[in-house]
Amino acid sequence: MTSNLIVYLIAIPLISSAVLLLSGRKANKWGHLLGTLASASSFGIGAYLFTQMLAQPTEERALTQKLFSWISVGSFNVDASLLLDQLSVCFVLLITGVGTLIHIYSISYMSHDLDRRRFFAYLNLFIAAMLLLVLGDSYLNLYVGWEGVGLASYLLIGFWNQKPTYATAAKKAFVMNRVGDLGLSLAIMIAFASMGTVSFAGIEEAAPKASTTTLTAIGIMLLIAAAGKSAQFPLQAWLGDAMAGPTPVSALIHAATMVTAGVYLITRSNFIFDAAPTAQLLVVIVGAITLLFGAIVGTAKDDIKKALAASTMSQIGYMILATGLGPVGYAFAIMHLLTHGFFKAGMFLGAGSVMHGMNDEVNMRKYGALRKFMPITFITFGLGYLAIIGVPPFAGFYSKDMIIETALNAGGIKGILLGSAALFGAGLTAFYMTRVMILTFSGTKRWDDDAHPHESPILMWLPMAILAIGSVASGFLFTRGDALVNWLEPVVAPHEHGEHSELLPPIVVSGIALTIVLIGILIAVMMYVRRPVEDVAPENVSALTKIVRQDLLQDVANETIFMRPGQGLTKALVAVDEKVIDGAVHGIGAMAIGSGSELRKSQTGYVRSYSALILVGAAAIVLGIWVITQ
Amino acid sequence: MNSANYLYLSALLFTIGAVGVVIRRNAIVVFMCVELMLNAANLSFVTFSRINGNLDGQVVAFFTMVVAACEVVVGLAIIVTIYRSRRSASVDDANLLKR
Repeated sequence: MTSNLIVYLIAIPLISSAVLLLSGRKANKWGHLLGTLASASSFGIGAYLFTQMLAQPTEERALTQKLFSWISVGSFNVDASLLLDQLSVCFVLLITGVGTLIHIYSISYMSHDLDRRRFFAYLNLFIAAMLLLVLGDSYLNLYVGWEGVGLASYLLIGFWNQKPTYATAAKKAFVMNRVGDLGLSLAIMIAFASMGTVSFAGIEEAAPKASTTTLTAIGIMLLIAAAGKSAQFPLQAWLGDAMAGPTPVSALIHAATMVTAGVYLITRSNFIFDAAPTAQLLVVIVGAITLLFGAIVGTAKDDIKKALAASTMSQIGYMILATGLGPVGYAFAIMHLLTHGFFKAGMFLGAGSVMHGMNDEVNMRKYGALRKFMPITFITFGLGYLAIIGVPPFAGFYSKDMIIETALNAGGIKGILLGSAALFGAGLTAFYMTRVMILTFSGTKRWDDDAHPHESPILMWLPMAILAIGSVASGFLFTRGDALVNWLEPVVAPHEHGEHSELLPPIVVSGIALTIVLIGILIAVMMYVRRPVEDVAPENVSALTKIVRQDLLQDVANETIFMRPGQGLTKALVAVDEKVIDGAVHGIGAMAIGSGSELRKSQTGYVRSYSALILVGAAAIVLGIWVITQ
Repeated sequence: MNSANYLYLSALLFTIGAVGVVIRRNAIVVFMCVELMLNAANLSFVTFSRINGNLDGQVVAFFTMVVAACEVVVGLAIIVTIYRSRRSASVDDANLLKR
């Protein structure tokens, strides 16, 4: 079915962004309102289209809209077309819904910032690019959105670029994302070279005929792309620094939407990964490593936003893990993505609210006992906390439990390894999130002298409250009658429902998971409630803690493996350029000048030497002729 | 008389002239040595004309005399002018074109 409305989803925020950027200071008074309105109208259209889709029978739900013929070379045609199917509509509602709430929140959060209009322009640009990413019907259309969100992310991380460290963080995020983008462009090139098409439908059709090697190559390239955008191992190092951006940005881009684009990409490419077991295995390995990596890093962070960023990395690790489990996992990955969108965005907004009341202090060791001063923030953050650690009946319980269960049932030693990683990650999650809660909201006051914590205004707590409701209810709604799994079935096509050989019955898995979560909470309580918390991080800690505080040496590793050899290579190339290439050019010049100055010495200015030379020359010629003619 | 003897004389005169050009400093003497070389060449031409039994060499000798007369006019004028300005007839003093 076609629909003419889909393009407005993207066009409205895009035009609004252009207006805000171009209209200058005049728009300062109403810029934030226009931005919020643009995002809200996108949400309205998205919701309307969703109801339209609901009214259709399952197989006719996908809506398409052809905008124009983009590339037409011989038999190769790419249309700029939009595809709103069961998968993309989930994203559209998440992006515009959470996006609108965060726009509302930002009106108040950024009210003291002189550049608020520019901030909203970038936010709208992000919404438009992200919608294009999920609505494109070919990898090429997706790529445009993919680059667009990278740009918006860069602009927003470096929004306060008057601080050099923030500008560096933006550059770091951009450069590491470029590595992933290279993977995506290579995947598109391989797909085009081997199948002659870049559209999702075309590749899905051609995939069964393609060789496994080709599909594995495409799959690995797509995985690199996903790792870059979603901060997965080994391209994870940018996410922590990306917290330099304003907190609403961290909530929208670096928790709820953009960083989940990798999960979308893999789910969208399910037809490639299902036919390429090697690539799929790499996906689960990357997911499992990242979920543990992020969780371990999260345990030692004192910066509340960086702790949440580490947690985001870990939760996306869960999603990637689920997508790597094949047809049974995709729906659970998307489910975790949606519930995570609610509770993590809610918690980031909560962190922003705390920072708002504490003079932008981010060090949790300077918080403490904020429960009484910020009751609404405490409650909304607390609901998000219960959701992320997976306490029933909150959202995270349903989605994470499904992933753990699916991982355990993956079969054989692989299932046991992945399941234990997921379970251990759940315990770590419970530990570090409990730590965040305790350090921030309970215990003793460790504030700076000039801190006067207060509850945030309604424009800030209302979005937090709505997201908290989502954190509570969404998991239950998605799993009731397998609603989300059935909804997504036409896109990700699970083979059959009851095929898996269950290692353990679901209720036992839930029990084990909850026990591990409880142990995590108890350890955190023992460490941070029973013992007093110092307001500076203690120095006499184990070597392991020191390593974890440095993000498991991710920057050191990147610097030694890539940066220093890269710099060495650059230096060597510069030396070659200067010595060999410039040397040859300069050498030829110097040779001409040198031989000239040597020859000049024969020009003495004495007539007699000239005449002697002529004589010798003439004699030589005569002698030569005589020798030759003999 | 053997014609080759004229050629030996010609070579001797030419050598005297050439050595004179190279080793003498006085412009007038250098000039006379140049004339000596020209006339040595003339002698060769005339001798070859006689050996070959035609008049080509004689004709070239006349041309050489004409050119030599012109050269004397120009050359002496230059030498006199240089002497007037530099008070010297030495060829080594006229080295301003160096560098």
